[in-house]
Amino acid sequence: MKQQLFETQHQAVWQQIEESLEKPTQGDNSKVLAENYLLLCQHLSIAKERLYDAALVERLNNLVLALYRELYRYRSETRLNIYAFFKRDFPLAIYRHRYFILVAFLVLVLPGLVAGLWTYLDEDAVYSVLDGPEVRQIERMYDPEARKIGREREAETDVFMFGFYIKNNISVAFRCFAGGMLIGIGTLLVLFFNGMFMGSIAGHLTRLDYVDTFYPFVVGHGSFELTAIVFSGAAGLRLGYSILNPGHSSRLDSLREAGRDVVPMLYGIVLMLIIAAFLEAFWSSSSSLSIEVKYTVGAILWALVLLYSFSGRRHESG
Amino acid sequence: MLDTRYRVEIPGGINLEAQVVGPVPRFFAFAIDLGIRGIIILVLSLLSIPLGSGGMGGGFFLIFLFVIEWLYPVLFEVFSRGQTPGKKLLKISVIKDDLSPVTLGASMVRNLLRTVDFLPLFYLVGLVTMLSNQRFQRLGDLAAGTLVISVPESAKPAAMQEIMPLAPSTSLLRPEQTSIIEFLQRSSQLSEPRQQELASILEGITHEKGDNGVEQLRRIGAWFLGVR
Repeated sequence: MKQQLFETQHQAVWQQIEESLEKPTQGDNSKVLAENYLLLCQHLSIAKERLYDAALVERLNNLVLALYRELYRYRSETRLNIYAFFKRDFPLAIYRHRYFILVAFLVLVLPGLVAGLWTYLDEDAVYSVLDGPEVRQIERMYDPEARKIGREREAETDVFMFGFYIKNNISVAFRCFAGGMLIGIGTLLVLFFNGMFMGSIAGHLTRLDYVDTFYPFVVGHGSFELTAIVFSGAAGLRLGYSILNPGHSSRLDSLREAGRDVVPMLYGIVLMLIIAAFLEAFWSSSSSLSIEVKYTVGAILWALVLLYSFSGRRHESG
Repeated sequence: MLDTRYRVEIPGGINLEAQVVGPVPRFFAFAIDLGIRGIIILVLSLLSIPLGSGGMGGGFFLIFLFVIEWLYPVLFEVFSRGQTPGKKLLKISVIKDDLSPVTLGASMVRNLLRTVDFLPLFYLVGLVTMLSNQRFQRLGDLAAGTLVISVPESAKPAAMQEIMPLAPSTSLLRPEQTSIIEFLQRSSQLSEPRQQELASILEGITHEKGDNGVEQLRRIGAWFLGVR
């Protein structure tokens, strides 16, 4: 068949599909899409096989590409299953990252313990980690005389602190993850320094005997926050390790596989940090609740987070 | 050779082609998005002042700041066919490396890793990575398995003026016929001397010189195209 005949035969269909692609789609049109896609695939094959000219082949190629994207866009939007995520995907991802989680945990906690012990024993040690104004601000935040615990100077309401925690904590977690791309070094640094900061603050405040304000404050939201930071570290280390030790696949394939595997971790981290920010802003900061209540709730939250985190194994097949 | 064509075999047994996009359009798209983000932040900060910068207003402002800093590209890439407003203006789009639409997860990975591509300053790492692989992928793209391609404009066929078709004196193979058809369709984009130069190569077929040769070749092209 001559090219012009082929074009005149199908011109109307192509034009109709081109126009329909420019308009936003409404409702489920996947059936029509699939039919059009198959038809255009056939036309493209014919055009290539019969060596029709490049302009026509390009036009059909672009049409198939557009239809292909439209067809699979529909699929990926329906696939997001929240229930399956909480029930299976997230715990399973945690289980599969278990060694990375262990390393991230140690790199966060060990420097924290050392710094904590040091600042507890040595009055001036805290100044090697934080500068003077920072130390004074932290002391003010957890002063037993404070009206609201753990609050920045400019903050007037809990909502402000909620926004503040969302922005800061999730940014830290994201940077911690991204640092994994530097063969894991960035992640290790973020974990190490955060551990050291938290440890020295805890040690210093314990030394000042602000125990009854500091620990009840951190125990509740710490369950979600610290766990999420460790998870973000694990996700980052997974990326770094995939580059360092690609195993049987190429470094690029190995990295891409890691990039797919960490996705449930990222979703989980964001959700956990939103919960943590909510707890920290509205629950932990309250000075009207008794210490016993805060410790009890804190213990329950820790138990829940840990139980959930360790629940992934049964979803691993084989 | 610098070939920006990217080929993938997709379901249907078709080899689909797309054009990957280099750093320059991507930089402009990024700059436009940066401007848009700046304006949004400015407007929001003005709106949040009456609500109290240390109170409700400030809290919501910080949340929006977080969303715009980290999730602006993610939201647009997932919900607007792989295009942030800047990419839309530059007619480029983010896509998975099997040419299917970018997913939420892939978009998250590529945009969170932006932090590393930005290092040590102004996307130096990203630029070096982009230039050291065939597909212009920055680190975030490599990990997420994504590409930036140019969005093809729906090429409307050029209107063909009336040409009297002419049967060639010798028989030609299909690839040769295709070249002549392509000459017919593209010759209007070439300068006249270039048209004549190309046509003179085929003097053995057209048996004409100069302008007449061009005319003959176009008529033969019309014949092969199927004009009668």
